[in-house]
Parts: sequence; C-alpha cells; structure tokens
Amino acid sequence: MADGSPRTDISTDVETDDKNQRFDRDQYAIAPVASDSSDKSKDPKDQKTLRRLAQNREAARKSRLRKKAYVQQLESSRLKLTQLEQELQRARQQGIFISNSGDAAHSNSGNGAMAFDVEYGRWQEEHNRQINELRSAVNSHASDAELRIIVDGVLAHYDEVFRLKGTAAKADVFHLLSGMWKTPAERCFLWLGGFRSSELLKLLVTQLEPLTEQQLVGINNLQQSSQQAEDALSQGMEALQQSLAETLSSGSLGSSGNSGNVANYMGQMAMAMGKLGTLEGFIRQADNLRQQTLQQMHRILTTRQSARALLAIHDYFSRLRALSSLWLARPRE
Amino acid sequence: METVKQLASEKAAVIFTKSSCCICHSVKTLFYELGASPAIHELDRYANGRDMEWALRNLGCNPALPAVFIGGKYVGSSKDIISYHVDGSLKQMLKDAKAIWF
Repeated sequence: MADGSPRTDISTDVETDDKNQRFDRDQYAIAPVASDSSDKSKDPKDQKTLRRLAQNREAARKSRLRKKAYVQQLESSRLKLTQLEQELQRARQQGIFISNSGDAAHSNSGNGAMAFDVEYGRWQEEHNRQINELRSAVNSHASDAELRIIVDGVLAHYDEVFRLKGTAAKADVFHLLSGMWKTPAERCFLWLGGFRSSELLKLLVTQLEPLTEQQLVGINNLQQSSQQAEDALSQGMEALQQSLAETLSSGSLGSSGNSGNVANYMGQMAMAMGKLGTLEGFIRQADNLRQQTLQQMHRILTTRQSARALLAIHDYFSRLRALSSLWLARPRE
Repeated sequence: METVKQLASEKAAVIFTKSSCCICHSVKTLFYELGASPAIHELDRYANGRDMEWALRNLGCNPALPAVFIGGKYVGSSKDIISYHVDGSLKQMLKDAKAIWF
C-alpha cells in the first residue's frame, strides 16, 4: 500500500506541448464559452480561458482515473482480508495454534472458552426446545409412554452438557469456574462451575406434591446426600486453596540473584502448577454429582412427576436468567 | 501386593490417599461426615509408597488414588464414591460392613 495515497489535487504541471496537443484533441469537448460560435478567435483572453478549462478537465480526468485505480486496489485488498480471516477462523476451529497480537497461551485458552460458550449456547437452545415440547405434552395430558420418551430425551441431553463441560474443563478450567458463560444472577449462585443439586431439590419438594411416603423419604435422603457430597467437595477445594497459598508463600524472600532462591521459586511454581491441575478433577466431580442427582431423582419419581420436576427446574433457571437481563437493563440515576 | 491387600482388610473402611491430594481430602471428609472412621493410609508417607500405589493400580484401581475399600473389597475412586453416595448404596455398604450403624 505504499503507493496508495490518493493525490486529489488538481495537477497543473502539465507540459506545455502536451497541453496544446490535448487542447486540439479535446476541442470537440470544449463547451463554448463565448456565444460566438467561431471559436477560432485569436483573442488571447479567450484562448487563455479555454486553455485553462482544458487543463482543468484533463486534471479532473486524471484524478478520476487515479481514484478508480485506488478504489479497485481497496476492493481487492478487502476481498483478500476476508479470505484470510476465513482461513484463520477455520484453522483456529481445527485447534491449530495461531497466536493473536496478544500472547499465545491466552489465545489458546480463549479458543477453548469461546468454543464452549458457543456450544453451550446451542445446547441451551436445544434444551429450551425440548422443554417446550415437554410442556405441551404435559398440558395436553399426553400418555405416560409419550411423556417418558420426552423426559428420557431431556435427561440424555443433560448428559450432553456434562460431556461438553468435561471437555471445556480440560481446555480452560478457569473459564468454567468463573461462570462467565452464565448470566450474572446465575453466576452469583454458582458452586464449582454449576448449580447446587441440594438447592434444586429443596425447590422441587414443594412443587412435586403429592409424593408417597417412600418418595418423600427418597427425595429427602437424596437432598441430604447431595448436600453432604457438596460439603465434602467444598472442603476439598478449601484444602486446595490453603495448600496453594502455603506453596506460594513459603520460601525465603532473601536477596535476589541468589541461585538458591531462583531454584526455590521454580520449585514452588512447579508444585503450584501441579496443584492447579487438580482443579479439573474437582469440577468433574461436581458435575458428576449433578448428573447423578438428576438421575436418582428420576428413579424416585414417576414419569409425570419427573416431567414436572424438569419443567420446574427449567422455569427456575429461566427466571434467574430473565432477572439478570432485567438487572442489566435497570434504569440508573 | 500383600501389604496393600492386608491393609485393605484391616478395618471395615479403608482409604488409600496421598497427603497432597485434595480430592482424597474430600472423600475422607465424606466418610467422617457419615460417621465412618476409615483407616487412612497416606502412601506418600510410606517408604514403599510407590510400590503400594503400583499394587493398587494392578488391582484395577483407576485412578489409583483415592482407593476406597469397604469390607476388604475395592469400591472405587472419588467418582464411584459420589455416585454410590447419591443412590444410597454407599451407606448400605458401610452398614453391611459394620462401619456405621445408621
């Protein structure tokens, strides 16, 4: 693009001979200035004017040609850029490492996070579609057999999200933990990268009545078990945090440049890296807990009750998401 | 191999862990929460800890740690323990092995 700067100024540095030649050639294009049709007037004033006008016309013509060339250059560059962007996108999707203008590692994680966000969005859409189907079936008093098919479908689809999260946990565990893939209100109540099964069950108990004695016991036990497992995992996370803190704070803060200190530092970092690696395991177990809880709930309940439970869970989260939108759009002083 | 098997049968509930492993910490916490008093063997504190970990792997423990044994039988690792706890079978296993009474 070195020679791309447009020169829009009207050039007046035309060779005199050239000028005269063009003057003769373009004579037919000359608009009559004087009403006198005999333009062979030797009046110097007229000649000067005519010459000037011809020069202007010529300059304008050259300018238009230059502009056209410039625009054509821009167009082809734009096309090339689009092609390059598409190639880049394709390569990134295939997981080929391509560094951004930022640092490479960030770009790698960014891809994992972005890919997950996109896939989660798609999952959510499909989930909503299935829930709508379930809702119509329930409202139209569909048979148990029909309900079971849809309910099984919803549960199988839940398995899919846990699979997606598993892959995402390998690619970018911090993105999952951050909850940035969820709306603000959901994020607020996030526990280890997702919902708390015990809380969900508390919500459901009231909405699932009437329950048989056995079912009530089953649901209460399930709620207690999931709570205990959640506490155990939370305590494990606290132990991890403490262990990490100890690793990073140990070691002498002596004079810099001491080779012993550098070795210490690197050793600490290596150990800390090892500990961070276990985060993925925690998220996996938390998701495992969520998945098992949903399946156990389905075992305890009848098909119809499971359908209502799934609808209730979806409604709860949709309202939470709607709340996020309202909150973000709220008028501020 | 013998050492691991012997230790696994010494108490109703036995868990093999590593002191630095935080998931192991979660499994231990769950057992304490349930009132079981599992025997905890932190393999990094044993001289032949590496061999013992190897032995567990050979017994089919995957991942090797934490390895949970109830009534001398291998039950599983963290994932299995959570699954069994959710469906109620963990408590039953502990009751059957007399690790807990209610």
